[in-house]
Amino acid sequence: MSFYDLLTQYRDAFRPGEADTRAVERALSRDRLSFADYAALLSPAARGYLEEMAQKAHRLTVRHFGRVIGLYTPLYLSNYCDNACVYCGFNRTHTLARRRLTPAEVEEEGKLIAATGLRHVLILTGGSRALSPVSYIAGCARLLARYFSSVSVEVYALTEEEYAALAAAGVDGMTMFQEVYDEEAYAPLHPSGPKSDYRFRLEAPERAARAGLRSLTVGALLGLVPWRREAFLTGLHAWYLQETYPGVEIALAVPRIRPQLGGFTPPETVGDRDLVQIMLAFRLFMPRGGITVSTRETPFLRDHLVPLGVTRMSAGSCTAVGGRTAGDEATGQFEIADERTVAEVKAMLVDQGYQPVFKDWQPF
Amino acid sequence: MHDSLVIGGREIKSRLFLGTGKFSANRLIPLAVEAAGAQVVTVALRRVDFDNPDEDVASFVPPSCILMPNTSGARNAGEAVRLARIARAAGCGDWVKIEVIDDQKYLLPDNQETLKATEVLAAEGFVVLPYISPDLAVARRLQEAGAAAVMPLGSPIGSNRGLRTGELIRILIAEMKVPVIVDAGIGRPSEAARAMEMGAAAVLVNTAVATAGDPVAMARAFGQAVAAGRTAYLAGLPETSPTARASSPLTGFLYE
Repeated sequence: MSFYDLLTQYRDAFRPGEADTRAVERALSRDRLSFADYAALLSPAARGYLEEMAQKAHRLTVRHFGRVIGLYTPLYLSNYCDNACVYCGFNRTHTLARRRLTPAEVEEEGKLIAATGLRHVLILTGGSRALSPVSYIAGCARLLARYFSSVSVEVYALTEEEYAALAAAGVDGMTMFQEVYDEEAYAPLHPSGPKSDYRFRLEAPERAARAGLRSLTVGALLGLVPWRREAFLTGLHAWYLQETYPGVEIALAVPRIRPQLGGFTPPETVGDRDLVQIMLAFRLFMPRGGITVSTRETPFLRDHLVPLGVTRMSAGSCTAVGGRTAGDEATGQFEIADERTVAEVKAMLVDQGYQPVFKDWQPF
Repeated sequence: MHDSLVIGGREIKSRLFLGTGKFSANRLIPLAVEAAGAQVVTVALRRVDFDNPDEDVASFVPPSCILMPNTSGARNAGEAVRLARIARAAGCGDWVKIEVIDDQKYLLPDNQETLKATEVLAAEGFVVLPYISPDLAVARRLQEAGAAAVMPLGSPIGSNRGLRTGELIRILIAEMKVPVIVDAGIGRPSEAARAMEMGAAAVLVNTAVATAGDPVAMARAFGQAVAAGRTAYLAGLPETSPTARASSPLTGFLYE
């Protein structure tokens, strides 16, 4: 059974409107939450319980992870893309300077990032197998392994053999945003290109787990379709991966769509309270799951999210290919909202009584 | 009376071992170590960063301590062995706490893989302290393989649920020749004291200290509890009885 089967089974079972305050209170009182409990925490009825959820989420997070936040940064290798995702700045129909970093440029960007003290890097490419093939990604990972103790990838969906090739090149984790878990809504948002294959993308994390990657991060791009069901299905995905691959570290990301080239207007509003509800419900549902918050969010919000269950944050981010070395000329995939340096994010965490962790993996 | 604990040829004066994860700041580590009077301190090799001394957790461990790197992140014996070798090559010494976990949900150790790693590393001259679920058969094999101690869990890591496996640990304490060190799950000083009263050679504490409101004060409390529990064990605890002694004994007539 793949996650697709579980998803098919539960996607219509989720009816957040049916949860009442009693269901929310029951979910809050439990140590182990059922799918129904998780759904209740994502319901409108749980809106009045955010503080109680936050208190419990904070306690659980401190107990399991300590007052510790892991730091990483994204490094964009290439923005060539064969897809036409309507909300993405790298959409192949957009006119922007397309480029792919040379090995020397990868090394230069890597050195700049490593100089900030970071030891975890996430490498990204657009969805072009021809112009950013797996062999290229693997080569970049090998180069970066000289500077980083952990290299993760956020690239187009690969086969199990391809993930194994990346693992052999030193890649230890992968992030895969399904973008939209609602299969019907997925199609028009991803009209062409290899990414239009919903199921191949959906099952990428499990292929990566079988190929030996050690940490998986899943997420829905929030703002494209109504968020409650998306959050529920993302949590279910994380749960499925944890049950099926118990040795793998599973994390949730909560990316909200940002302004980008092309000027796509997200049809759904996901407010700060909604975002917090998603994070808290997930923490209570999966007490040992990671939660990643990126620089898509503002400094104000990020600072306040720290004690609510976050385990990992990006810092010093740049979403343009070669953006750290080329300066402002390059166009990013989307605009970031927290432009603070790594040192500034580190200082913020220390001020809040949290330990910023730069290295949390030892390659061998 | 001299009460010595010897592991790997070193005499250990403090029976409270300390972990270094989950602290809100690394600068609290030396303060907690000092307050606890701890001598053996474990550090996850995955967090050790020799290239970055400002952030490197190992550099916060006082030099007078025995640094015990652990293999956190290893999912099988082979990975644990490689991590241990990296730690030794990097200058972390011969001690290693073997931690093999292939279960992120409960963080319970894999005893079989732990045994395999112990066999390899003990043969290479490491002072091996394996972290295990309390199982007498495995503990005996570990002892035979050359483990310097065994470290059974009281309850799952970070659970603060105390000595849920107490009955099994009691059996290990009775049967093992190597020291039995209770590791994981101890949430409060009274539980550490209880483990020591049972005859544990030492306890290892991390979460309960690191995530306390005042970690340094909590480290001190644990140090005191461990010392008190040990003293009580040596003093010989009185036997307990589940019932009061009957004033009209059933066999009294035999002595009339």
